[in-house]
Amino acid sequence: MTHRARANRLVIVGASLAGLRAAETARKYGFQDEIVLVGAEEHLPYDRPPLSKAFLDPGDAAVPWLRTERHLTEQLGLVLKLGVPASALDPQSQTVTVGEEAIHYSAMVIATGAAARALPGAAGVRGVHTLRTLDDARAVRSALDAGARTVVIGAGFIGSEIASGARMRGLDVTIVEALDVPLSRSVGPEVGYTLAALHKREDTELRCGAVVTGITEAGGQVRSVMLDDGTELPADLVIAGIGVTPSTGWLAKSGAALHQRDGGLLCDETLWTGLPGVYAAGDVAHWPNALFDGELMRLEHWATAVEQGAAAARNAIGPRGAALSTVPYFWSVWYGQRIQFVGVPQADEVSVVSEPGSERLLALYRRGARLVGCLTVDRPGQIMKYRRMISERASWDHALRFARSARLP
Amino acid sequence: MRVNVDYAKCSGVALCEAEAPDLFEVQDDGTMKQLVERLGEDRREAAEAAAASCPYQAIKIVEA
Repeated sequence: MTHRARANRLVIVGASLAGLRAAETARKYGFQDEIVLVGAEEHLPYDRPPLSKAFLDPGDAAVPWLRTERHLTEQLGLVLKLGVPASALDPQSQTVTVGEEAIHYSAMVIATGAAARALPGAAGVRGVHTLRTLDDARAVRSALDAGARTVVIGAGFIGSEIASGARMRGLDVTIVEALDVPLSRSVGPEVGYTLAALHKREDTELRCGAVVTGITEAGGQVRSVMLDDGTELPADLVIAGIGVTPSTGWLAKSGAALHQRDGGLLCDETLWTGLPGVYAAGDVAHWPNALFDGELMRLEHWATAVEQGAAAARNAIGPRGAALSTVPYFWSVWYGQRIQFVGVPQADEVSVVSEPGSERLLALYRRGARLVGCLTVDRPGQIMKYRRMISERASWDHALRFARSARLP
Repeated sequence: MRVNVDYAKCSGVALCEAEAPDLFEVQDDGTMKQLVERLGEDRREAAEAAAASCPYQAIKIVEA
């Protein structure tokens, strides 16, 4: 599995899960020269999914560090540059600017991720947060510890997880969602409606089709959230879960191709950015996924960061690039219930295979004659079987037959 | 070679099953079932991939 590495310094920009996996993969495949890991935050790489889940639970919260500093520097032999973001990339001289320093690279993996979109007009107001970083999560956690009346803006997965965490502490929680049906873009309207019922069951107030017009504050601390129908929601803690923007501002003058809509990095099927030696991985990267007819995807999933971090590093140090194709996968936990999704949700038809009176759920997504997606609620034994079917391009009929034969115990 | 699973950490995310369906199978109650007790060398790479894929670092490979 070892092949001769042609590069003599691999620079990984982004001390993230994808960045870490890139470093580990480069070492695994025999890259023995210097690896520099650049991170904008002062923290060592940490894991993000727990930040909106277990980290918000009452009691002691362990920081989900991915590796110890000693492991990173001694075992992996990484040079860590943490606390200062990369500010420019010059593909001609093959240098990346970090603070005052210009670091030469022969190969690069960009894993700078994305930044949470902030609530407009609320900059500097105490009690108003996004939840993306460890520092964000610590601030949200201490507000929950103080018993904050909580308003979550955006009924997506992050917002729903936070609402669940606050509600499980017994706090009053309202979710404000601009769409009429939450999550319709990520799981389709029918399943979105079903998932929304989980909030209602737990007395989390969900206001759909509601637009936030502003917030009020007193002495720099948020007091309430104002809606377009005149409603004023009292709040000590406001969390915006309204999406992210890929962190590519530092690449503006690099000549890298950026996506018109969101500014993410446009890559080919091997995660190559088009700049010599520069590959990308994780939330920042768009790439054509051959498993779905080359559809251009940018995925904000843990499993994608792992797969792409590894693939980008292998291609960056290797003699030639290998294409990455994969079935997207993410999971979420609301009120102790496990939601899992594989594949893509844009479908010609969604078929829900459920049993009456049970909150367990299995939904299948069809495009043409093919199974392209599957969502489960509390059916973790099923999900990977459908992921496998999707990767094998199983037919819709085959998937339906399998679903109907796999009776619930 | 054996695989040790820390069931307190395992959360049924099932990425191990995605990596090595012949070694791991998550059940619908969220618990994970090891399908093979002892592994031969030929399954080392798959077991290591499964261990690396676990978000909760619940899987360890032990030589025994």
